[in-house]
Amino acid sequence: MNNITSQTKQSRRRFLENISGAAGSAVLFGMGLGLYSQSSKSMPANAVRPPGVNNEVDFLSTCVRCGLCVRDCPYDTLKLSKLGDGVALGSPYFNARDVPCEMCEDIPCVRACPTGALDSSLKNINDARMGLAVLIDQEACIAFQGLRCEVCYNVCPVRDKAISIDYMHNKRTGKHALFIPVVHSSDCTGCGKCEHACILDEAAIRVLPTKLAKGELGKHYRLGWDEKRKAGNSLVTPDVQHQYNLPQGTRYEHEGEGLIQPNSTPQQKTPFEKSALEHLNSGEL
Amino acid sequence: MAVVRNKPGQDAIEKNGWLSAHKWLLLRRFSQLGILFLFLAGPLFDVWIVKGNMSSSLVLDTLSLSDPFVFLQSVFAGYHFEWSVVSGALVVGLFYFIVGGRVYCSWVCPINIVTDIASGLRRILKIKISLHFSRTTRYGFLVMSFILASITGMLVWELLNPVTMIQRELIFGMGMSWVFILAIFILDTFISRRGWCGHLCPMGAFYSALGRFSLLRINANNRSACNDCMDCYAICPEPQVIKPALKGNDSPLINSGNCTNCARCIDVCAKDVFTIKHRFIDFKTITSQEEVHL
Repeated sequence: MNNITSQTKQSRRRFLENISGAAGSAVLFGMGLGLYSQSSKSMPANAVRPPGVNNEVDFLSTCVRCGLCVRDCPYDTLKLSKLGDGVALGSPYFNARDVPCEMCEDIPCVRACPTGALDSSLKNINDARMGLAVLIDQEACIAFQGLRCEVCYNVCPVRDKAISIDYMHNKRTGKHALFIPVVHSSDCTGCGKCEHACILDEAAIRVLPTKLAKGELGKHYRLGWDEKRKAGNSLVTPDVQHQYNLPQGTRYEHEGEGLIQPNSTPQQKTPFEKSALEHLNSGEL
Repeated sequence: MAVVRNKPGQDAIEKNGWLSAHKWLLLRRFSQLGILFLFLAGPLFDVWIVKGNMSSSLVLDTLSLSDPFVFLQSVFAGYHFEWSVVSGALVVGLFYFIVGGRVYCSWVCPINIVTDIASGLRRILKIKISLHFSRTTRYGFLVMSFILASITGMLVWELLNPVTMIQRELIFGMGMSWVFILAIFILDTFISRRGWCGHLCPMGAFYSALGRFSLLRINANNRSACNDCMDCYAICPEPQVIKPALKGNDSPLINSGNCTNCARCIDVCAKDVFTIKHRFIDFKTITSQEEVHL
């Protein structure tokens, strides 16, 4: 009897040891993996997600890394990340400088996605926001040297909306214009054709993850002219007539003469009787 | 306890011939490589029977299949419903629920080839030393993969899962995942017997749980003929599952979800103790047979 209880005690002990060992190693392992996972939330700056990714963390919660989007990409733009690529393992991405997105109208990659990680509500490829093109090196971009290039502008599938050419004064020559490509985030899909086509050895215009590329004004900021347009009239309370506390007889003219002494003659506007030109012409020099 | 021999299956080879003593192994290799080939036929020969990889795929452009373990991780990560992957995971899950969860491990997963070679090498090199850790560890990892997914909102285990990684890189082009193949090979050969598939892999743990009540079972229905040669224990990747069926007094059914239905025990047994049958085999007929044998 005693023997049996010690045996059951022993097997119970064994069982508990097994369980706690498994739990312990799982916790250790989980902590390591959890920490590692935090680093995978951010993409390397040169990697671009396929269309239909609205948010990196949402994407990583649904993408099962099956590669069906990669298989259905007719231009072999997309690839699955391999160990060492720096992109969350096995997830689809592309390098715009190598192969940009050709922005197929039927968006086969999104249609192929079985999990909805690539948002199936994306029907118009122009609404895709894969990233944002940024003219990142104005020193190297030859447009800033006053040379005509505009290749990025010309290859842009949403030309004139996503990239426009702004004219600026060419200080070097003094008489020419700089033809400066300007990206507009309202329409840039991040397809990367501009980066792909940039004629420099290292592209001066690059597609960056939108989060990396975009600044954001503080939420409390209001731009007066925007608010005025929205409201239809100025929202600023008109000033009450300002009263200056001045010695008697003294006046103050805002944006005019300034302080006006009571008995002084009005200040002569020019030291000449009439105008400067007439004075010169009179020959009284 | 009889000595576990270094060349299990020798008696069966002598009795039934090499081919017969390896028929299930050959069938499994055919299945594993065949499935891999179906995935590769698309990119290599432009024959698109199956597209994608083992995490999720599209068969003949119509049937969507998804790995239920990977899918479940995304459920824990805060998944929003999409019929295609849900139905795919249900179909695959139901299939393994019926045929045995770990049929995935032994008939589909290409890592199994690596770990089988490793354990074969252990036998040839007569490596006895083995770092022991509990076979429960994998369930800990399984639970952890779900907990991590729900905490971080990402498929965290998929950042490291060597099983899906190696499958993916075999199909989509090799990167650095061969390092993991090598690591698993070294682990299983020199450090721990059946270390990866039998102790650590949470995917194996998931499929063990899924196949807990599966229909297709290995059955030691001829257990009275057993001559204690121990070959089945030597060859089995989960030898702890054999004893209750082979030496117990109850059902001769191998009733553990850990059994991979690899059927190697059938191959190596010279006494034809094991068969593979559905679980509702008439127990009475077996017992009466046993009585006859006795």
